[in-house]
Amino acid sequence: MNPAASTARRKLTTPPPPISNFPYNPGSLLSVFDLTVEGVGRVLTRATELEQMTPLRRGSILAKRRLALLFYESSTRTRTSFELAAKSLGADTTLVSSLSSSIEKGESLKDTGLTLRALGAEGIILRHPSSGAAWLLEASTRLPVINAGDGMHEHPTQALLDLRTLAMHLRPGLREVSDQTLAGVTVTIVGDVLHSRVARSNMLLLPRLGARVVLCGPKELLPEMATGAGPGIEIERDFEAALRGSTAVMMLRIQAERLAGLKLDLNDYKAKYQLTGQLLANYAPKALVLHPGPIIRGMEITAGVADGPQSMILEQVTNGVAIRMAVVERALMAGGRSSSQEKKGDRA
Amino acid sequence: MTAIAILGGHLMDPAAGVDAKKDLLLKDGRVVEIAAPGKLKTNGAEVLDARGLVVAPGLIDMHVHLREPGQEYKETIATGTAAAAAGGFTSVAAMPNTTPVNDSPEITRWMQAPERGAAVRVFPIAAATRGSKGETINDYAALRAAGAVAVSDDGRPILKDSVMRESLAAAARAGMSVIQHAEDTRVTEGASMNLGPVSFKLGLRGMSAESESAIVERDIRLVAELRDLHPHLHVAHLSTAAAVEAVRQARRNGLRVTCEVAPHHFLLNDEHVGLYDTHAKMNPPLRASADREAVIEGLLEGVVDAIATDHAPHAMHEKEIEFEYAPNGIIGLETALGLSVRWLHKEWKMPLGRVLSLLSAQPAALLGLKGRGTLAAGSFADVVVFDPNAEWTYRATEGKSRAKNTPFDGWTMQGRVRWTISEGRIAYEQA
Repeated sequence: MNPAASTARRKLTTPPPPISNFPYNPGSLLSVFDLTVEGVGRVLTRATELEQMTPLRRGSILAKRRLALLFYESSTRTRTSFELAAKSLGADTTLVSSLSSSIEKGESLKDTGLTLRALGAEGIILRHPSSGAAWLLEASTRLPVINAGDGMHEHPTQALLDLRTLAMHLRPGLREVSDQTLAGVTVTIVGDVLHSRVARSNMLLLPRLGARVVLCGPKELLPEMATGAGPGIEIERDFEAALRGSTAVMMLRIQAERLAGLKLDLNDYKAKYQLTGQLLANYAPKALVLHPGPIIRGMEITAGVADGPQSMILEQVTNGVAIRMAVVERALMAGGRSSSQEKKGDRA
Repeated sequence: MTAIAILGGHLMDPAAGVDAKKDLLLKDGRVVEIAAPGKLKTNGAEVLDARGLVVAPGLIDMHVHLREPGQEYKETIATGTAAAAAGGFTSVAAMPNTTPVNDSPEITRWMQAPERGAAVRVFPIAAATRGSKGETINDYAALRAAGAVAVSDDGRPILKDSVMRESLAAAARAGMSVIQHAEDTRVTEGASMNLGPVSFKLGLRGMSAESESAIVERDIRLVAELRDLHPHLHVAHLSTAAAVEAVRQARRNGLRVTCEVAPHHFLLNDEHVGLYDTHAKMNPPLRASADREAVIEGLLEGVVDAIATDHAPHAMHEKEIEFEYAPNGIIGLETALGLSVRWLHKEWKMPLGRVLSLLSAQPAALLGLKGRGTLAAGSFADVVVFDPNAEWTYRATEGKSRAKNTPFDGWTMQGRVRWTISEGRIAYEQA
């Protein structure tokens, strides 16, 4: 007897997974799903408002509020970007990195978070090599937590700044955001999708605004199951074909630190997936070229393309500061000044 | 020891073919008499009123981790067996991944010594290889003589063909089974959940279903090669459709290949990992929906021989860390009966007698526990008396286990243990 047939006769359902309690704090941004489409619009609008404000006025918004940057991984642009964003709103920031702190002595993430809270931190910006770390920190501290990259999982502010970059060029003067804002736009994400939190946040955010996301890369770095992550995600393994339909191309770095024994022929990879001036001219002469950085010139992208007229790379970095101002403000203002109440509430 | 009379209950003893109202008299650690209701002479015996309750052979969990020796902060033999008694278990088979590894007759005897304070009977499963390193076969006859009931390198599968072949042959000669945790650890390094769309979305490295089934298939091949010795391979905590199918085929080919499944694998799938819930992290991991259904099908069809909990206690602080760094495993002794009755019996219509058989008679047979898994006259007085209809809510904090790591906290259970009797002594009584 075919076992599948007998299974079909019975209902083998059990209770579905419990509904998530996250985020515990309304100011947290752990995932791009913590923002509704309208919420995304508010962040974009507020980013522009804050950017246009006079430095003096801007600097009074979060005057003397305290934010901790907790970094378990090295970072140039994300860390500096958050720090400048918070400081330009008047907040005091302190940087704790895994080297030169008690983390080296074996202190857990929970204890580090509780210590920062006891020291007066009103919010924590976390960068961590392990997927899901931001959820653990938020559940432990109940503070507003901004996920500045957790392992191979998410990097929501990067997706927001990429969205801002796309919108400024493709939808200039955009006022409100809806599920049709990026209708007709195809964003192709190329390369090491498997290990990329930038790719995940973008593929989960952009389709909600109407974009089509096409993933491109070799099987080792882009498993078929990627399309199951959400709606509006497709795979096109042929780089030229993918470029041909692209409104924007997002190149990713090969994450050597996360390959974990995976053997990759880098010359073969370059031959198939490196974005060159020639390819761009032939197949996507108008496409915007994005890269979350750090870029490895001569690997996934040639110097000519990185420095060329279609490159948005430095604009992305600049947009990052504006987006992070809006996200940091939201973190500390979302629950009013309720973080001290939260502290009392979670003793149970 | 006082005699105990259990009166007015419904005796369900699948191994003896009994499913009727009976009174039982227990004395000197044995079942001495089974009689029609009201026919028992109970003079002097302590009487337990079992009206409306099921009286069944004490449950047998062939796969638990009691953490002693060496990790007493997680659990001890005393606390783990107290949890077992509360869950209706009268026998537990303890895996050897203690510190040090139980690979010697000395540790095997030490675990069974009265000083450990066990509430129910502990049957050690000894390591298959020295230090569970997968290289050198232990002296199985000596381990068996010391009380070991099977051999296994649980958690550290035997990967080398030659060592596994030798282990199966040596165990066959010693009259024991080899219990294999089927996982090709060469391809699962760094993985912390099932490989699939969910692991991709969560950015976690995944273990493929093939990493389990490939080892099951390899082991079955070895059993077939050694056919003349009649080796007994028992696959621990089976979790994938492909592995269920491999066992099904092996059985059709007349090989002595048996398997167990854990309640979490027939109740939960990889979506229960949610947002990095470390209480949904175990090895084998929670699998895809189709795997879970294949496991249930295997249970209903009879390919699966036993329900075993893989009770794996961990301290709170060990689970309150990053998902990828958290240790594998959940506790299960206090929820196995309540979940099995609630879901296998009530929801999926498995007769209650079969549920009980999977939890007692069949594991007793697999481990060769004579006089257990049945309440025929002369058997050990290992009894569970429970209310099959009582619904209750499980609260981990109220449990007897030292550990609280369970995904079933707050779940509704069906079937409440009133008494657990271990060799004629009341080991647990519902408060």
